[in-house]
Amino acid sequence: MTDTVLDIRDLSVFYGNAQAIDGISLSLARGEMLSLIGANGAGKSTLFKAICGMVAPRTGAITVKGRPLAGLRPAAITELGVAMVPEGRRLFRSLSVEENLVLGGYVKRPGPWTLDRVYSIFPILRERRHQPATALSGGQQQMVAIGRALMSNPDLLLLDELSLGLAPVVIKDIYALLPQILGEGLATILVEQDVTRALSVSDHFVCMLEGHVSLQGRSDAFTHQQISAAYFGT
Amino acid sequence: MDWINVIIQGVLIGGLYALFAAGLSLIFGVMRLVNISHGDFIVGAAYVAFAVIQMTGLHPLVSLVIVVPLFALLGYALQLGLLNRVLGGDILPPLIVTFGLSIIVQNGLLTLFTADSRRLDAGAIEVESLNLMPGVDIGYMPLMTFVSAVAIIAGLQFLFYRTTMGRAFRATSDDGEIAQIMGLDNRKVFGWAMGLAMAVVAVAGVFLAIRANFDPFMGPSRLIFGFEAVIIGGLGNLWGTLAGGIILGVAQGIGAHIDPGWQLLAGHIAFLAILAVRPRGLFPRVD
Repeated sequence: MTDTVLDIRDLSVFYGNAQAIDGISLSLARGEMLSLIGANGAGKSTLFKAICGMVAPRTGAITVKGRPLAGLRPAAITELGVAMVPEGRRLFRSLSVEENLVLGGYVKRPGPWTLDRVYSIFPILRERRHQPATALSGGQQQMVAIGRALMSNPDLLLLDELSLGLAPVVIKDIYALLPQILGEGLATILVEQDVTRALSVSDHFVCMLEGHVSLQGRSDAFTHQQISAAYFGT
Repeated sequence: MDWINVIIQGVLIGGLYALFAAGLSLIFGVMRLVNISHGDFIVGAAYVAFAVIQMTGLHPLVSLVIVVPLFALLGYALQLGLLNRVLGGDILPPLIVTFGLSIIVQNGLLTLFTADSRRLDAGAIEVESLNLMPGVDIGYMPLMTFVSAVAIIAGLQFLFYRTTMGRAFRATSDDGEIAQIMGLDNRKVFGWAMGLAMAVVAVAGVFLAIRANFDPFMGPSRLIFGFEAVIIGGLGNLWGTLAGGIILGVAQGIGAHIDPGWQLLAGHIAFLAILAVRPRGLFPRVD
């Protein structure tokens, strides 16, 4: 019995003739958090899209808990236990806060996350539950996006740019809640522009540059200069 | 008293226009699909009801028990088997496909039922009416059509805002890509929407066929009435669609009262005037 939740082997993704990901391999076990860092256009969001089934890899394989994702539609991948907090939150604008959260649990996987549990982590959302989700502040919208992803009781959580567009104090609050949120044995990949913050909360990191891995390892195993060089390709 | 009568009759015919428009509004709202064959399917439903009545001897209104589920299934199959294949970023392929469907339906009906115009006989209820005041009568059939339109729109509104399926429709309409990673299969959600729209089309077709003669080629004009009602009311607003139908019906009634030749023209002028003043319709959905 393996604890590996996600395994990616030699993954390549193209948009037309443009290669967005070039032969990436990585794996992630239950309870681990991996930071995925890299400049804009490095291929981080494309990797998330490939895991979620929103783009089809040209070569390579992705497996979740030993199950190959090739040919599966996004909905089927969600049923396997993959959830994503997308960049920019992308809440459903015609749905209330509570409706967004309930829709997150559409696949009804068994697990600890319920509406009450999400409200207990983010009490403000209970107060605002009948308001349109997009009428909330940026930080509160990010709470809805996180809660919505958790409602499917995922085994693998993909967090894309958690701090994008948020005030520093809000980012601090959200990151303070992460251990509580992720303490359920979730495997998590965090994409974050704030590299220092990302490395401080993760066990491992992968640095991407122009579609390939330029550096990877334990978060505390490299100097700032080494990570900078891998990040900028210098 | 004449003008009161004109307004009331216009409101009642507006119910039928709202039935034409509701399915159109629903599928545009959920999947941004403009179904050029919508009017032809309304006429198709009238013919299917005609065939069912010929075979079973059922009353036209009772035939809805067969025609509505049949059309719901047809809509679901059509969406999964054909329309899902052409939906995407480009609006042109679904337009062309539904235009092709329109031609196929018209010529299929012509082959099966000839060009003779038909009508569904609902019996005495067609001519019975309720006298509101001297000179103002409300026919039971137009009243039933209007009440059905209100009930269907109320039902759709309930479904959209109070049920899991409605949440799925709204989420898919808001952001189809993210809806998929919530576990919704867009193909099936679109199938449900088309099934529901075609169920409403079936009701519209039967009420149309009781009210007036129909032939295989009258679908496009029903489509125009439907479009006008949707756009007057505001895209994405079902109650607005009912209001749009009523405004169109009243405008046509006023035009016809002034001069019978002005009936359709008055409706189109009202549509253009509203479009000029409120390009998003009178009651657009607030995002």
